[in-house]
Amino acid sequence: MSRRVLGPFNRVEGDLELSLDTDDGVVSAARVNSPLYRGFEQILEGKVPADALVIVPRICGICSVSQSVAAATALADAMGVTPPPNGARATNLMLATENLADHLTHFYLFFMPDFARDAYAGAPWFASAEARFKAIRGAAAADVLPARAQFMHLLGTLAGKWPHTLSVQPGGSARAVSATERVRMVSLIRHFRAWLERHLFGDALEAISGIGSEAALWEWFDAKGPERGDFARFLGIARNLRLDRLGRCEGGERYLSHGNYVFEGERLFARGVWDGVSASLLDFAHEDVTEDVSHAWMAGEGACHPLSGFTQPDIARESGYSWCKAPRWRGEVVQCGALSRQVVDAHPLARDLVAAGGGNVFSRVVGRLLEIARVVPEMERWALAIEPGERFCTEAGVPDSAQGVGLIEAARGALGHWVVIRKGRIQRYQIIAPTTWNFSPRDERGTPGALEQALVGTPACESDEMPLAVQHVVRSFDPCMVCTVH
Amino acid sequence: MNVLWLQSGGCGGCTMSLLCAESPDVLATLEGGGVSLLWHPSLSEASGREAVAILESCIAGTTPLDVLCVEGALLRGPHGSGRFHVLAGTGQAMIDWVRALAARARHTVAVGTCAAFGGVTAAAYNPTDACGLQYDGNAAGGLLGAGYRSASGLPVINVAGCPTHPGWVLETLLALALDGIAAADLDALGRPRFYADQLVHHGCSRNEFYEFKASAEKASDLGCMMEHMGCKGTQAHADCNVRPWNGAGSCTSGGYPCISCTEPGFEEPGHPFFETPKVGGIPIGLPTDMPKAWFVALAALSKSATPKRVRTNATADHPVVTPVIRKTGLK
Ligand code: SF4
Ligand code: SF4
Repeated sequence: MSRRVLGPFNRVEGDLELSLDTDDGVVSAARVNSPLYRGFEQILEGKVPADALVIVPRICGICSVSQSVAAATALADAMGVTPPPNGARATNLMLATENLADHLTHFYLFFMPDFARDAYAGAPWFASAEARFKAIRGAAAADVLPARAQFMHLLGTLAGKWPHTLSVQPGGSARAVSATERVRMVSLIRHFRAWLERHLFGDALEAISGIGSEAALWEWFDAKGPERGDFARFLGIARNLRLDRLGRCEGGERYLSHGNYVFEGERLFARGVWDGVSASLLDFAHEDVTEDVSHAWMAGEGACHPLSGFTQPDIARESGYSWCKAPRWRGEVVQCGALSRQVVDAHPLARDLVAAGGGNVFSRVVGRLLEIARVVPEMERWALAIEPGERFCTEAGVPDSAQGVGLIEAARGALGHWVVIRKGRIQRYQIIAPTTWNFSPRDERGTPGALEQALVGTPACESDEMPLAVQHVVRSFDPCMVCTVH
Repeated sequence: MNVLWLQSGGCGGCTMSLLCAESPDVLATLEGGGVSLLWHPSLSEASGREAVAILESCIAGTTPLDVLCVEGALLRGPHGSGRFHVLAGTGQAMIDWVRALAARARHTVAVGTCAAFGGVTAAAYNPTDACGLQYDGNAAGGLLGAGYRSASGLPVINVAGCPTHPGWVLETLLALALDGIAAADLDALGRPRFYADQLVHHGCSRNEFYEFKASAEKASDLGCMMEHMGCKGTQAHADCNVRPWNGAGSCTSGGYPCISCTEPGFEEPGHPFFETPKVGGIPIGLPTDMPKAWFVALAALSKSATPKRVRTNATADHPVVTPVIRKTGLK
């Protein structure tokens, strides 16, 4: 056996270090470390509740609206306030814009450039991958950056600026949209759709979201081949490299989604936990969540629910190897992200992919792109439904004593905020971010987290400083380490 | 011009903001300006040892380091060890990497308020002992010390903002590549004057409400947010309302107050962010350059002269009274 420490991992958001044990060129055990700690939960204690809206988005510059929406949802829960329909539409539009822009950034700038590395020079698809996806120089970056920036104009209008807006409020949105702005937003969404259909999919969004099985996906691919668009290019590479056999988390065939895009009490994407072993959907209740500090550089014992949990760094803790705590659902490891959302929401392609090979590098990327195709038409519907002149925000006070829970979905998966308010101040604030679930360290039973399990069995030849297969597995989760360790 | 970019204890938001650059996009702007990225944690191909080798070669002087950009606060804790942020794969604290690289850099640029002054990472009792490159909040010093000068003779260039506007970063880098930046181009806090010599209040869409002290009372109201909602636009140095964010926006046009994110210590204003602290009904944070007596007199006068349209619209979320159409014959 040999052990090595890998880092820095770039093209992930934030700081990540891996410690890998390998046997005969295959990973036998992995430890995931988030080597950065900033202390947001400590910073929030003692502040007035509304100040969380300023502090919390600054946990993360890539999913700051998600953090805002989780905080606003937790505060709204504590305040007993519900946004008016326009406020909910505006909030959903902001969250969707960020989530889709994240998927796009991940695919084009973080994930695909690895297939343009010299190590793949002999592959049949290499020349095309290199021309299109090479880091910084590839043609795709020049296509996607302007399209992304223009799509973000939605946030210029709805959020004032991105990242770190304050227009997301417990009572809705602080930014009312006028009739002409509504028209402009619809036009931006349609323009973005056209870009996606031309460059990413080479087909109508509805054709993509209508693909109902893995067989149908390959039929779609075979009809026109890899040059149809960037999704097809990925499919060609994935088939050639068997990315569906890479990065499966055998002990974590549980897919969590908090559900997302709430409107009048209904969620566009369902909430629940899909149990891949029994192929059944289980209810998710936040009471079933615990965080465990046994392998984190954190003070405290065992596992507790976020409403009674606390965060106190303890670098001397001997069993610790990460700043990340270990969240568990009913004591078990779960994974989350776009694939989980689509599986929980019963999308037939996502369910079929997971039935065939579980969550793996291939199915996770497909889950993300499928979600882009599904959400853009919804965004257009929300924007069209905005009623200029009607309210966007409901005014409400914060009670002196209350608690609140905000469960939403960021691009990378389940994000939860738990707040306890006493004497008009934040007494306790606990956050579990998507990558905290996926990149969790071991728990008190010694069970490794989702990525730690997914890496076992990955080819990692001893002489290779930074095995590519390991990088594909890591990036397929689209980790956000700054959220993880907040 | 070689640029090395490191992310320290921040949120990555300044990089994400940079990706929103337009006309042309960030990569095209850099390329056109003769700027090449030696390494950037979000954009570069090189990982692990390959990436560390680039850093080492800059420290050794083998690769000329024209600009060192640091994003995120420098975490000195616990107990001065810097262990709250270790550069992955190296076992070494990020603050040690930054010190070694800053000693080699021709220019050192703090990207964002965290790297400039400490920022939100240094809020509350500052659990990680975070600071900026050359400032610890308002106090000169920080990680590199008040006396630090990069090889060009300049102090750290503080492109402050939380996040920074992509234009602030790109224009700073382009200016460095083109004909340099002189000490006189930086303000007293090391910020490029091209954006820091302006106030957020300039060009705010709520200026007419400000004139008449017709004030917003709650989130989503259209009125000026200075009197009740904590807006610091009249004191905050930045051109946010002249240079749009994301094509169309700014904080104040987004419906919420400026919290002066380009200033040292913005993270701890000493009062709730969405409230204006007052003494005897008068806001304590008066507009820059305005004596208090004038402000009080002017405010009383203008309030008594507020047109009905402005007063009504100030507490609504869309204009309910439109400007009258009147033929005066005097134009
Ligand atoms: S809202 Fe702020 S920036 Fe705008 S006019 Fe009022 S004080 Fe000035
Ligand atoms: S308006 Fe104020 S808070 Fe907003 S970005 Fe500009 S300086 Fe920062």
